[in-house]
Amino acid sequence: MDQKTTSVFSFVKFFILSIFVFGLTFQSQANENAHAADSAKFDPATMIMHHISDAHDWHIATIGHTHITIPLPVILYYKIDNRTGFTVFLSSNFHTSGIDDDGELVDGLDVEGFRLDHHDHIYYEKDGKPYHEAKIYDFSITKNVASILLSAILLLTVFLSVAAGYKKNKGKAPKGIQSFFEPLIVFIRDEIAVPNIGEKKYMFFMPYLLTVFFFIWFNNLLGLVPTGANVTGNISVTMTLAVLTLIITNVFGNKDYWMHILWTPGVPLPLRIIILPVEILGIITKPFALMIRLFANITAGHCIILSIMSFIFIFKSVGVAAGSVPFALIMNVMEFTVAILQAYIFTLLSALFIGSAVEEHEHHHEEHHSHDKPLAVAHH
Amino acid sequence: MLSSMLLETAGIVGNFSTLGAGIGAGVAVLGAGLGIGKIGSSAMEAMARQPEVAGKVQTGMLIASALIEGAALFAIVVAFLIGTAK
Repeated sequence: MDQKTTSVFSFVKFFILSIFVFGLTFQSQANENAHAADSAKFDPATMIMHHISDAHDWHIATIGHTHITIPLPVILYYKIDNRTGFTVFLSSNFHTSGIDDDGELVDGLDVEGFRLDHHDHIYYEKDGKPYHEAKIYDFSITKNVASILLSAILLLTVFLSVAAGYKKNKGKAPKGIQSFFEPLIVFIRDEIAVPNIGEKKYMFFMPYLLTVFFFIWFNNLLGLVPTGANVTGNISVTMTLAVLTLIITNVFGNKDYWMHILWTPGVPLPLRIIILPVEILGIITKPFALMIRLFANITAGHCIILSIMSFIFIFKSVGVAAGSVPFALIMNVMEFTVAILQAYIFTLLSALFIGSAVEEHEHHHEEHHSHDKPLAVAHH
Repeated sequence: MLSSMLLETAGIVGNFSTLGAGIGAGVAVLGAGLGIGKIGSSAMEAMARQPEVAGKVQTGMLIASALIEGAALFAIVVAFLIGTAK
């Protein structure tokens, strides 16, 4: 990396780090009712759901009764009675008052406003009760959104420096971070893109395949570190990635692809009518499986590790830790393998679907040609 | 006999859906274990017969097991939804 890119990247990293350091607040929960689980029986299900779900603030640690959280901006578009508008505020504002499941105001200022319930949904409170006629559209920067932004910055930093390295070392052997990513990128090109999409067309789809692979891999890894956000275990994120594959596959599908789906050649007519709805459904189910596979693998991995650690608290004995902690460590290491494997599988299957949509068939399954002798016709 | 035992268990647990989720998840993992075990054994055999293609066999094994695991996780997700539905 040359002088100029080094200084740009250090500035970017410093900037991001300083946002998070200055945004850090220490919040004492003076109110015991809001977190009754502290003194009551340990509930592993709630704890696990809290760890894998999205949240409006970024909870880092709990030391004794102090919750260390980074408040994140809440951006709402609301339509309450005849007022509409945008509002932006920090999520720490939610903790000045709360409402419990009986509908009673708990430790609060008796004012109208937006509140957060136990399931992390925002609702509008009027006269001390939830006001359901208010329409609230939540565009907040939640924990997952902040994590995606962070990982996007990480990806940009890494790959811009790889590109800068190639420019600097033109014609020479790769050095530094290039030497780590070059085998991976070449692997994706030679083992995933070229065999599935073909020599002629793979280059057009390489940016998408590379992006998807590294995005999923980096986010899987970031989710495994302590205080990491469970991004790829959020079904909205995996749905977006699957929808991207769906769009790319069907926009670039050529005539052969659509003919195979809508009017399967080489098959008798009654069967074609039966195959038609199955194939149309198949357009949707393949990316659907991509979505569920990534979501379930990552979420299940997090659940396993959290469940193993919560055995210690369920049995209320330190001795269980002698078995729990090594087992959780083994599962955590396995999750690192799952991280790169799931990224590879998603990319491979995307390449497979794209390849099946864009491939040129050398021969058509035309049944009106006679079967006894091969015809020397130019293929279209 | 078995069905009466199940009903009694459901009565103690309090909820048929929890029972259903548990059994469903267990059977799903059974299917995944059998499938991936079969793949693993044939992959080992192929690698032993022809060590030169060990790399390709291993890649194919990982892909096939990820796909089977995907199917099993479909069932896990459904079991989870059933178990936590109100």
